[in-house]
Amino acid sequence: MRKLLKYLSAYKLESVLGPLFKMLEASFELFVPLVMAQIIDTGIKNGDTSHILRMGAVLVLLGVVGLTCSLTAQYFSAKAAVGFSTALRNDLFRHINSLSYSEIDTVGTATLITRMTSDINQVQSGVNLVLRLFLRSPFIVFGAMVMAFTVNVRAAMVFVVAIPLLSIVVFGILIISMPLYKKVQRQLDRVLLTTRENLLGARVVRAFNRQQDEIKKFDEENSLLVRFQVFVGKVSALMNPVTYVIVNGATIVLVWTGAWQVESGVITQGEVVALVNYMSQILVELVKLANLIITISKSLACANRISAVFEVQGSIAEKNHGTIVTEAERASEGQRIPRVRFKQLVFAYAGSKEPSLSGIDFAAGKGQTIGIIGGTGSGKSTLVNLIPRFYDATEGAVLIDGTDVREYPLRQLRDKIGVVPQRALLFKGTLRDNMRWGKKDASDEEIYEALDIAQARDFVDSREQGLDMMIEQGGRNLSGGQRQRLTIARALVRRPEILILDDSASALDFATDAALRKAIRAATGDMTVFLVSQRASTIRNADQILVLDDGKLAGLGTHDTLLDTCEVYREICLSQLSEKEARRNG
Amino acid sequence: MDKYMSTIRRIFAYIGRYRWGVVLSLFLAAVTVATTLYAPILVGNAVDLIIAPGNVDFEGLTEILLRMAAVICVTAVSQWLMNHINNLITYRVVKDIRTKAFRHLENLPLKYVDSHPSGDIISRIIADIDQFSEGLLMGFTQLFTGVITILGTLGFMFAINAVIALVVVCVTPVSLLVASYIARKTFTMFQKQSETRGELTSLIDEMLGSQKVVQAFGHQDEAQETFEEINERLRGYSLKAIFFSSITNPATRFVNGLVYASVGIVGAFAAVRGFLSVGQLSVFLSYANQYTKPFNEISGVVTELQNALASASRVFDLIDEKPLVPEPENAVALSQAEGRVEMDQVYFSYDPKTPLIENFNLNVKPGQRIAIVGPTGCGKSTVINLLMRFYDVDSGAVSVDGRDIRRITRKSLRDNYGMVLQETWLKSGTIRENIAYGRPDATEEEIIQAAKDAHAHSFIRRMPEGYDTVISEDGGNLSQGQKQLLCIARVMLCLPPMLILDEATSSIDTRTEIRIQKAFAKMMEGRTSFIVAHRLSTIREADVILVMRDGHIVEQGDHETLLAKGGFYAQLYNSQFAVS
Repeated sequence: MRKLLKYLSAYKLESVLGPLFKMLEASFELFVPLVMAQIIDTGIKNGDTSHILRMGAVLVLLGVVGLTCSLTAQYFSAKAAVGFSTALRNDLFRHINSLSYSEIDTVGTATLITRMTSDINQVQSGVNLVLRLFLRSPFIVFGAMVMAFTVNVRAAMVFVVAIPLLSIVVFGILIISMPLYKKVQRQLDRVLLTTRENLLGARVVRAFNRQQDEIKKFDEENSLLVRFQVFVGKVSALMNPVTYVIVNGATIVLVWTGAWQVESGVITQGEVVALVNYMSQILVELVKLANLIITISKSLACANRISAVFEVQGSIAEKNHGTIVTEAERASEGQRIPRVRFKQLVFAYAGSKEPSLSGIDFAAGKGQTIGIIGGTGSGKSTLVNLIPRFYDATEGAVLIDGTDVREYPLRQLRDKIGVVPQRALLFKGTLRDNMRWGKKDASDEEIYEALDIAQARDFVDSREQGLDMMIEQGGRNLSGGQRQRLTIARALVRRPEILILDDSASALDFATDAALRKAIRAATGDMTVFLVSQRASTIRNADQILVLDDGKLAGLGTHDTLLDTCEVYREICLSQLSEKEARRNG
Repeated sequence: MDKYMSTIRRIFAYIGRYRWGVVLSLFLAAVTVATTLYAPILVGNAVDLIIAPGNVDFEGLTEILLRMAAVICVTAVSQWLMNHINNLITYRVVKDIRTKAFRHLENLPLKYVDSHPSGDIISRIIADIDQFSEGLLMGFTQLFTGVITILGTLGFMFAINAVIALVVVCVTPVSLLVASYIARKTFTMFQKQSETRGELTSLIDEMLGSQKVVQAFGHQDEAQETFEEINERLRGYSLKAIFFSSITNPATRFVNGLVYASVGIVGAFAAVRGFLSVGQLSVFLSYANQYTKPFNEISGVVTELQNALASASRVFDLIDEKPLVPEPENAVALSQAEGRVEMDQVYFSYDPKTPLIENFNLNVKPGQRIAIVGPTGCGKSTVINLLMRFYDVDSGAVSVDGRDIRRITRKSLRDNYGMVLQETWLKSGTIRENIAYGRPDATEEEIIQAAKDAHAHSFIRRMPEGYDTVISEDGGNLSQGQKQLLCIARVMLCLPPMLILDEATSSIDTRTEIRIQKAFAKMMEGRTSFIVAHRLSTIREADVILVMRDGHIVEQGDHETLLAKGGFYAQLYNSQFAVS
């Protein structure tokens, strides 16, 4: 939380004035019983009507001043709280965008979204409430006690006993019930889990005829929930009656003590009434304070979660900024430097002991197509993710145009590369907007050219709006195959030197897949293409095929050589094709 | 409005089971309010006995204070009991509704589950019911006591002094007017705030949800710019919304202050004239303080109740969904089926406007293998839906061993099928429980044997707790292939006479894939099997291939026939090798 306080520092004045005015309002409220005592002791006793009216006017005046103070306080605290959350939100968004793949994997997208939305909102209302109320309630409680002392020291001793007693009860019940509420929440989560499970597995539950057992299980979870709820309800239902007993018990003592003091002429009847009034003010404020503390503790938990995100640092740091000259540009005529080179590369994901890739060593020249094949978890995607430096190598290096990717400024590096990720994601906006993600100032001709290559031209032309077609979030209004072709076009718009297709044609039928590969090859000249796929038929014509097995390079070569020399490759091919088909010349 | 009333009536029907509790709660509420209101009167009487030095009636005071102690105890006990009873009633009612909803869910046609997002159904059963319970509880505790307090206070006040009571009655509505005026004014602000917040959330959702793409294309700066622009707008609306809504409290407090002052002045004048004692004035003052409170609370309760009603009606909508067609009385239980499956002139569609399966005929002899092929998303699962009777045919008939499946009990029909789908669903629970899902009474040996047959035993043994390893929700701690093997083991344990298998397309490494193939082969021995096929070897070995496209079954026959026919199948098959 302390780290987040800096966002409040731009609103120092507001953060001080808010509570200050709130306290002013509270102190005016504290005068009310005294004025009333005056009315009783002077006005009524002496039948002095003008005094009554004067004091009545004072009451109204106190009200007006209180209202003004409190409105001022509300405004300042609202301004500070909203300003705080706005700045915090901007910074958090920027920070999250600076994280690299490795951190996103660890923290998780869903978590980040919650931090950005509901957690910040919760903190905002926490800040607002603290500025408004956190000083007010204790101030009134102790103020009432101080005022009681000014009336009569002996009577005030009742307050000295009652206030700690009340605090113990209010906060004690709070402390006891908070973990119980958490328990209720956890049980509710279990009920939710059971419901969710049954919806997702509806077919299996019915196929195995387990509906009755599932209902029984739900009943058990549900009954447990009710048991917890009733128990915590029983505990927190104690709050009102017990505090009521304490306050009214204290009032009895107060009246009794007051009676003796009046008898001996130390205080007046009106002052007894004032003391009783102060007692009832205290109760209201303590209950408010208890509720406030619940809100604050929730906000603090949210604030800590947000701080935790700030503490995560992006692991990909830029060494150079601006633009650098690559080895290939520096190289002399005739010296051939491969476009992409993996040098004795080892890579392990953060927090995992076993490397996901090891001993990867190969070079890809200009204009070459590199096929990458292997089972799930064999490291195919990981390998291509190292090229645009989404992750950094643990050992060894990736070189592009002869220069280590870690030497590049990120922008220069990523501008060279077009990535088509596994999940075909598009963004809300027009088709043109989406295509311009690849190149900010792409002309319509350039976009159409890319659409042509990606086999997406037909379907775009079939829509009336053409490039102005609206795309919904994630591309929901398109089919899987359409989305994939558009994401391929998006990567092609920038005419990258390196194109990475990470299993990006899985939703296309075989014919379109084949036509796509043909068009890419024909149109791209000396572009180096990385093709990741599960389908042997997709990569069989590549210039080089990398066969990955459990993070190791099990084979490297062309289809025909690998078929004879690489056992893993043979296994994969023959699980999809017959011997004859695999042998047939492509 | 009708729906409103009927929702209320139904809620009352649920509460009706606990009517004695409600009566008791109402009685306790009345007692609590009466004693709460009586206490200030006692204090007032006491104050009247303390007039001046030498004029204090200690005897009377003792009696009053003792009575007060008794009143306090009664209040405290009845208040606690009332709260406890309200909790009991509310949570039980909620439990009844929740259980009923869940029970209904298990009895709904899959069509409902398929066509509604699971998030929506879950939020009805969890969040909506929760909202309802909060509203109901507030209604019980605050609405009852609030109304009774207002009435009681009025009664006591008029009993003491009608003029001052009138003053209170006239001034307090002002606070309500102020509150509702502010609420109306702030409504638009809140609306704007939540619209902008929604806009911001969907941007966050989109950008963070696809963060890797954002980074790959270096789109961070543009995203930040859009974000800050919306965020700035949100700041403006939020400030206004928060400020204006936070006026409510001080404003009503101010009105309360006015009430207090008026009572003070009018009361003082009355006291001067001798119509009112000082003690009675103090009673009025404390009444004036608490009289407005229930009004403010009730307006809050009303919104809460409206929300609760809306939530309840969403839950009732779910409960009202038409359940499965009940089984005919003479439905027979199919024992061990031979495995003869026929589809006779079957017509089926999910949506009457777009016909899907039309005049489909199929004749499967016991032990045959049927491969279903076609591009992704062509509706291969429709056939499974019809075979398992997850959906009923529109016309025509599906029959097993010559018997229409609509005349067979659902349970026995499904007992005769073993199903392994591509979405590998596992329960949260131990591996043992998952394998025994179809036969909870299976012995340890049978479970291990099934796991061995499914080639799952070795990896299970390597798990930290072996068969007792707890699988987290949806098998989070297992690989896709391991999950599939467990699903196979689950079917292995029952080994019914007919099988429905869905071959995995991808996401499984070669070694596991070979194991799965072996497990499938073992299962299929001598059993009628329907396979959603992706591997050419499976397709070629099938007795019948059903070729599907856009939800229609376009061709059927064996590999050679279909290839010779030169239709869609041939095209699909040849396209793999079209690249030169």
